[in-house]
Amino acid sequence: MPEPLRLSLDDADARSGPVSGPSSGRSTGALRDPGDTRDPRGRRVRLVLLALVVLAVVACAAFLLLDVQGAWSYVLGLRSRTLGALLVVALAIAVSTVVFQTVTENRILTPSIMGFDALYVLVQTVAVFTLGAVGLSGVPAPVQFGVTLVVMLGCSVALFAWIFGAARRSVHLLVLVGVVLGVLLRSLTAMLQRMIDPNEFQVLQARLFASFTGVDPALLGVSGILLVGTCWWLWRRRHELDVLALGRPNAVALGVEHRRRVMTLLVAVSLLVSVSTALVGPITFFGLLVANLAYVLTGSSKHAVTLPTAALTAVVVLVGGQAVLDHVLSMGTVLSVVIELCGGIVFIVLLVASGRRR
Amino acid sequence: MITVEQVTKRYGTTVVVDDVSLELPRGGVTSVIGPNGAGKSTLLSVVARLLPAESGRVLLDGADVARTPGRELARRLGVLRQDNHLAVRLTVRDLVTLGRYPYSRGRTTPDDVAHVDAAVARLDLGGLEHRYLDELSGGQRQRAFVAMVMAQDTEYVLLDEPLNNLDMTHARDMMRTVRRAADELGRTVVVVLHDVNFASCWSDRIVAMRDGRVEVQGPPSEVIDTDVLRRVYDDEITVREVDGRRVALYYT
Repeated sequence: MPEPLRLSLDDADARSGPVSGPSSGRSTGALRDPGDTRDPRGRRVRLVLLALVVLAVVACAAFLLLDVQGAWSYVLGLRSRTLGALLVVALAIAVSTVVFQTVTENRILTPSIMGFDALYVLVQTVAVFTLGAVGLSGVPAPVQFGVTLVVMLGCSVALFAWIFGAARRSVHLLVLVGVVLGVLLRSLTAMLQRMIDPNEFQVLQARLFASFTGVDPALLGVSGILLVGTCWWLWRRRHELDVLALGRPNAVALGVEHRRRVMTLLVAVSLLVSVSTALVGPITFFGLLVANLAYVLTGSSKHAVTLPTAALTAVVVLVGGQAVLDHVLSMGTVLSVVIELCGGIVFIVLLVASGRRR
Repeated sequence: MITVEQVTKRYGTTVVVDDVSLELPRGGVTSVIGPNGAGKSTLLSVVARLLPAESGRVLLDGADVARTPGRELARRLGVLRQDNHLAVRLTVRDLVTLGRYPYSRGRTTPDDVAHVDAAVARLDLGGLEHRYLDELSGGQRQRAFVAMVMAQDTEYVLLDEPLNNLDMTHARDMMRTVRRAADELGRTVVVVLHDVNFASCWSDRIVAMRDGRVEVQGPPSEVIDTDVLRRVYDDEITVREVDGRRVALYYT
């Protein structure tokens, strides 16, 4: 054993003087059993994951099976399609938020808060404005989906690269950028909406609310494939994400090609958010809610833990919430409102807490 | 050997590192000293390819660091910057284990665990392993980051002000750790230091910078000298020899 091994390490600042005798038994009692080198969080993580898997399965079952009236095959068919949409959105938003927060080194921002939802609204408005409601209804759903996806992907990559490509900036500045950008995009949208024919505006408005019902099965299939592919790619990079969370200098020092990797990750994030938004519409605070729940629940920052936890939490909240509201309280459409309310409160709490810390 | 060839780095129009050429041989401890804004940290960052140089190049054993694949370089050169503020919550053990990433790519082997254990022991972090970094004092956190770099097991180790936040005992222990990394493990260590006395007592070579240039370099016996320090710091500093070590008395 190399020379001064000290055991009084609990608080070095409280040390009363230079201690250099090899393992003086002075303070072993004040410590945890030194032989216990196992990570005490492993158990907790396993318990949390297990509980979430059970809850997620229960939520899905409840959503499918509760309060079925009429022909089972018809109801199940309808519900499983909605369930599919819910699962796609839950996974896409949870995974994209965790990755986004790692890449941007903050735990307050999400792609939506950075103006993503406003971008979606603008794209939809431009579509209705230029093509007209009738013209738009003539365009097949997969084409609409594809065009929305590509436009959103292009815009968001450009946006993120511009905002996060350069040096690291303060989170509060970024929130401000997001807000201002949102206002800009919304103003553009409002201007176009003023000029739209009122009937077409009705059509537009219906498209703008997040809605999990009535999703085209073909779109659901495409979204599912994109989602699974992207998540698989991200999952294989979970250790690299752990390193990226240390910040650029440390990540570079540990051999990560930082710039290239961050850009590809942002493309993946954009793809996930675009899929989710193009499928059901914008949900602003949901990602923030589930990502932070995952951090708190597991107390871990390893992506091997946080990614599945966030995804499962998202499924529990979204599917479970929808099941309760639909089948127990019979209030089908208000789920996104409830989530936005909770998520918004979490956002404000986090922002205030981070302000207090400095 | 680290060879710096005519490296210039600007921030906007301000030249921070001005046409510096420098050779640091293998082995031993080299301290970089100089007044605030002399370009010490920037030079270190350029050497560690954390910042691109405007002109000139840095060679690590003959290979240009800007062209060497990052992964390969990460096994030969470890670097720690001054301010390490993390957005994520990690335990000390998690952090030190990430130092093995260039080898493990996340799949930790028994060999990695051994290196992590050794680094934890070297930096005296045994009882803190499972504590979160944000629950530690600044000095403990500093030691945890240095342990991460040690676990990286690189021949070259660059540390930017590793004595930040450390009290005198821990500052001395940190320099002892650095010294032993050079002597026992054969590492080549370059440290940026503010306190010229630590540089004087623990290093084999001192590089003194001023206004983006290398003003003087040599062994402590030559650099820690009233005339030399006047050139570097623009100040009259008394130097005395105490117990065979040259000590600058800059406190009054």
